[in-house]
Amino acid sequence: MISIKNIYKSFNELQVLSGVSLEIGRGETVVVIGESGCGKTVLLKHIIGLLKPDQGEVFFDGENIARMNEKELNQVRRRFGMLFQGAALFDSMNVYENVAFALRQHTKFDEEKIGEIVKAKLALVGMVGVEDKMPMELSGGMKKRVGLARAIALEPEVILYDEPTTGLDPVRGDTINELILKMHHTLKVTTVAVTHDMKSAYKIANRIAMLHGGKIIAEGTPEEIKNTKDEIVTRFIEGRAEVMPMGL
Amino acid sequence: MKDWLARMGSKLISALDGMGSISIFTAKSFYLSLVKVPSARVVIPLMYEIGVRSVPVILGTGSFIGMVLAVQMFTQMHKLGVDAWVGPVINVAMVKEIGPVLAAVILAGRVGGAMAAELGTMRVTEQIDALRSMGTDPIQYLVVPRLYACFLLIPILTIISDFIGAVCGYLVSTKAFGVSSFYYIQETKEYLEYWDIAVGIIKSFFFGAFIAIICCYKGFNARGGAEGVGRATTSAFVATFVTILVSNFFLAVLLRFINYHILKV
Ligand SMILES: Nc1ncnc2c1ncn2[C@@H]1O[C@H](COP(=O)(O)OP(=O)(O)OP(=O)(O)O)[C@@H](O)[C@H]1O
Ligand SMILES: [Mg+2]
Repeated sequence: MISIKNIYKSFNELQVLSGVSLEIGRGETVVVIGESGCGKTVLLKHIIGLLKPDQGEVFFDGENIARMNEKELNQVRRRFGMLFQGAALFDSMNVYENVAFALRQHTKFDEEKIGEIVKAKLALVGMVGVEDKMPMELSGGMKKRVGLARAIALEPEVILYDEPTTGLDPVRGDTINELILKMHHTLKVTTVAVTHDMKSAYKIANRIAMLHGGKIIAEGTPEEIKNTKDEIVTRFIEGRAEVMPMGL
Repeated sequence: MKDWLARMGSKLISALDGMGSISIFTAKSFYLSLVKVPSARVVIPLMYEIGVRSVPVILGTGSFIGMVLAVQMFTQMHKLGVDAWVGPVINVAMVKEIGPVLAAVILAGRVGGAMAAELGTMRVTEQIDALRSMGTDPIQYLVVPRLYACFLLIPILTIISDFIGAVCGYLVSTKAFGVSSFYYIQETKEYLEYWDIAVGIIKSFFFGAFIAIICCYKGFNARGGAEGVGRATTSAFVATFVTILVSNFFLAVLLRFINYHILKV
């Protein structure tokens, strides 16, 4: 369904992606792992056309996202939902307005219908009775859940998650994992998540890919990744720092 | 030497690149504001924030400028023995130059700074990306309503500032310095032309558009966390301030040309 072909991206002198290729099938959950700052967010933003590759193509249902103009992209983006790293809730609006945003922008539903949908989506992520709260009043985990409710308001076919569990305690993190699984099963969505939380990756992924040095260096089922012999991958999943030759 | 050339070269390229990107941003903002009027839901709260909430500061600055003009001008005119001339001098200065420019500068600080900070925060916390990810054009949604609000309200605020300045100038001249109220008004009527008032108001439309475009642009291009937002806000203010002063000169020349050679009054 989504096919990333050999993309390159740099910011000024900084080469972030150098030849990333990845296939994501319909209904699949693919998790991209990688250390902080390796370009996971940048990769994810290419899938929805928020960033354009310097080279390479991104296909979604056979259409080339990398070559679309902003107007065409806006059409395609309605089929996506994205949960941002810091949730990116609009802080001038309350929870209700945040979740209702895309509905107001892109549908002709009346206020009653919008209200119903907002309630249902908030219930789905386990956030009942917070409609009037401002984002500032929510904890990190609550923000992510509201962000998820907002992302699924238009019933997307694909959900992109940028580090859904980072910054949460293990229990809250696991609730988010459960939510991702629930979205996957109830809404039958295609899922792409990026994270450096291995527990989360094992739990939600059908397939895991590791991004390192601007490339995908390993790809496989969670089992295969667990049992890999690749030095860089094992070091990352076990969370071992590189041993310094000087004994530092 | 080579290094130096390379550095200058890359500076030049990035300056040109910046000009190119602000031109595209401006063109897109104007195009979108013409093709689709923003919804009242979005514009009204902005108008309240930009317009109504700016009235006190505009009244404050306008009145003190009117008063100080009276103090300085009276001193000069009194020496020349033409006390009543303070009327036209204060009023022409107020409506043509000082009123519009000062109101614009104050509003660049108050309104422009707030817009740059707000949009900058939205940029660095990925809220602008979130808008785009939901299929909404951020220029349409964020910039166009601000452009409308500034374009429509900054001239009105300028008129308020001119008016209060004129009133305060009159009060100081007549009550404190004892200038004859009759001659003050008489001379003002004689020398203050409608064109003078029009010049000030025409300029303020431009200033309103500059404030909205430059400050939104700077906010949109904020980089890095809170510090980046601070930098964007400061540079938005400085850039707007300079643009107001420089464009004021060219607008004055242009409008004078129009007055003498096209309208021929
Ligand atoms: N718009 C941008 N302009 C300039 N540099 C950028 C931009 N976006 C990302 N970068 C740089 O690209 C690199 C990768 O960033 P990215 O946010 O993708 O990392 P990440 O893998 O998501 O890290 P984290 O786990 O910390 O979120 C970083 O060095 C970052 O500074
Ligand atoms: Mg990231």
